[in-house]
Amino acid sequence: MKMKFVLATAAALMAAAPAMAELTFTSLSYRTGPYAANGIPFADGYADYFTLLNERDGGISGEKIDLVECETGYNTEKGVECYESTKGSGALVYQPLSTGITYQLIPKATADSIPVHSMGYGRTSAKNGKVFHNIFNYPTNYWDGASLAITHLADLNDGSLEGKKIALVYHNSAYGKEPIRTLEELGKKHGYELTLLPVDHPGQEQKSQWLQIRREKPDYVIMWGWGVMNPVAIQEAVNIRFPMENFIGVWWSASENDVRPAGAAANGYKAVTFHNFGMDYPLFEDLNKYVVEAGKAAGAGDQIGTALYDRGMYAAMLAAEAAKTAQEMHGTKTLTPAQMRDGMENLEITEAKMAALGLPGFGPEFKVSCENHGGNGFGAVAQWDAAKDEWNLITDYFQSDQEVIAPLIEEDSAAFAAENNITPGCN
Amino acid sequence: MLYREAGDFKTTYTDDNQTFPIKADRVGYYVIMAVAFGVIPFLINDYWASAVLLPFLIYGIAAIGLNILVGYTGQLSLGTGGFMAVGAYATYKLMTAFPDLNMFFVVILAGLITAVVGVLFGLPSLRIKGFYLAVATLAAQFFLVWLFNRVPWFYNYSASGQISAPERTIFGQAVTGAESLPAVAYLFCLVFLVGSAWLARNLTRGSTGRKWMAIRDMDIAAEIIGVDPLRAKLTAFAVSSFFVGISGALFFSVYLGAVEVGEVFGINKSFLVLFMIIIGGLGSIFGSFAGAAFLVLLPVFLKNVLVGTMGWPTDLAAHLEFMIVGALIITFLIVEPHGLAQLWRVTKEKLRLWPFPH
Repeated sequence: MKMKFVLATAAALMAAAPAMAELTFTSLSYRTGPYAANGIPFADGYADYFTLLNERDGGISGEKIDLVECETGYNTEKGVECYESTKGSGALVYQPLSTGITYQLIPKATADSIPVHSMGYGRTSAKNGKVFHNIFNYPTNYWDGASLAITHLADLNDGSLEGKKIALVYHNSAYGKEPIRTLEELGKKHGYELTLLPVDHPGQEQKSQWLQIRREKPDYVIMWGWGVMNPVAIQEAVNIRFPMENFIGVWWSASENDVRPAGAAANGYKAVTFHNFGMDYPLFEDLNKYVVEAGKAAGAGDQIGTALYDRGMYAAMLAAEAAKTAQEMHGTKTLTPAQMRDGMENLEITEAKMAALGLPGFGPEFKVSCENHGGNGFGAVAQWDAAKDEWNLITDYFQSDQEVIAPLIEEDSAAFAAENNITPGCN
Repeated sequence: MLYREAGDFKTTYTDDNQTFPIKADRVGYYVIMAVAFGVIPFLINDYWASAVLLPFLIYGIAAIGLNILVGYTGQLSLGTGGFMAVGAYATYKLMTAFPDLNMFFVVILAGLITAVVGVLFGLPSLRIKGFYLAVATLAAQFFLVWLFNRVPWFYNYSASGQISAPERTIFGQAVTGAESLPAVAYLFCLVFLVGSAWLARNLTRGSTGRKWMAIRDMDIAAEIIGVDPLRAKLTAFAVSSFFVGISGALFFSVYLGAVEVGEVFGINKSFLVLFMIIIGGLGSIFGSFAGAAFLVLLPVFLKNVLVGTMGWPTDLAAHLEFMIVGALIITFLIVEPHGLAQLWRVTKEKLRLWPFPH
């Protein structure tokens, strides 16, 4: 019995050996399980952008892109399996879209010299490239997100949050716990009182948390949710008649799937974001022409222009730009993961670049360097317009409170360096 | 023809009592051992270690542990995930508190700590039985996961609540951490699996195991013939938790390297290990292996066939995988309710008579 499986698996593996001599990107996606509603649009956006490059430009600088997709189901064990099964194919960069899997991959990818780009998730202190050589989390990270939300709230209150009560509803996992430290530190500075309300995986059951919110009447609620937890939380907030404009989610709690179930009542729900929404960009015309109408859209092709689709596309765009940078730096068209890493570390996104790509004003400008793998912490606040069924940015891009965050990153990365015997430095 | 006992004479009681009384079995056992220790370490790569062999070995240990409790002693437990978490967190605390301690002892100590916790949660088994005990152990599952999430001391106050295994060596070779070689990690887990299986096999055929089985078959009758239910049940909980703790320790330190308790050691893990022993065969060491192999290898195999060979979309493959594994579980249980081990036993019986069954 066992032998048969082993032999058959071996046979299957042999047959699965991929074609080489292309730029291989991997998409550790999750189109199944409790987080699929969020995983599908992101994976579609990621895949469609690379399809567009292949169809329109013949790849990146004429080098075709081979996108290998692997289903993780947001499960760390499957994530490890996916990583091990795809890394041999010359994968240039990993974007696991899961903080748990990112934590798994940080030591493994570092040992294998493959870069990981956890865009707006993962380990925040990976921003310190002196310690995390192969890990990138530009353009913005969780702690920036927490700070951006607080800054926005302070702006609404003429700069002072003294005596206000803020509740954090979070996914009880590494992901949801990330902002706590920052929010506590910011609390000392701004003088607000923080209540922590963990929600266990997968997050359908939130009655007690919202009962507590109804009882304690916090002035604002911040949410760090993912998957099915988001729509449930927004529905519960509607049920207790919590004012939506005082409810702010992180960017992962800001997709159409999260707000639509609550209908018109979700109008005014806010979210911090690091990119714009919608499809009013020249890029989407090309996308429509080369990908959608050609019948090459990933998945069911019904996610185009949704918030998470845009984010997946943005992630692919940043990866492609980093690959271009790497190609220029090393004067070669085919890339190794190590060269890709150099490209990521020297990536610069300017408004001119984004406009040339057909995405003018889509995200903040930033420049990656060895000291700074995480961008400059610029983000904006978006608000849901239920009548028009769209997200609108209600602020410009503004910077997070680096004064508070920088020392926290320094401290956390130093702890990681000490635990793993890493000598910080740029080589 | 090939598999028979004719001509295999036993002249001593020791011969008669050995684990593999038939010569072909014995030879097969030594061959498997030789391959596992002497051949696979030279062929293994990262993929085979992380995706196939390590999970198989580690789940094998967990299945042996749970089989002792459920299969041999008849105490239904749904707390496996929680006990694995105890093993994992004990390992983490020991690894960080005593950086110079040999990894081997860390794992053993983690197993012993889990055994103590297991005995504590086993106490209610003296008063409650059957499905009610399952509910009591379910409480252990939820309580332990909650505890490791709630008390920052267990995860050394890290910001994310995750625990991650620092690099530790054994004989100068890294077993944990990203730099560990797949062969070293594999051998490390294999030693524990073989040790566990050997220990479990010898416990279950000795007086301890007979007491467990007496309790399983009818606890009142067992008490009348002089089996102390307190001792028997609590030793079963202790030994079972010891193995489950070891598997949790290896799962965290060698296999995953970083763990988030709610996700990795949730109720799903308890069910998974329980299904392994039900499909493999209750009250059988071989069944533990067979069940672990079935539930670990089959999904990976299906994924490779459907996505790798046939090029299907990953989501379709993932959904089909659930359906195929589910259908196979039902088929196997209808064909042989006593699991793969019984299937194997029947096959052997038939082979002994083949080709002249009458």
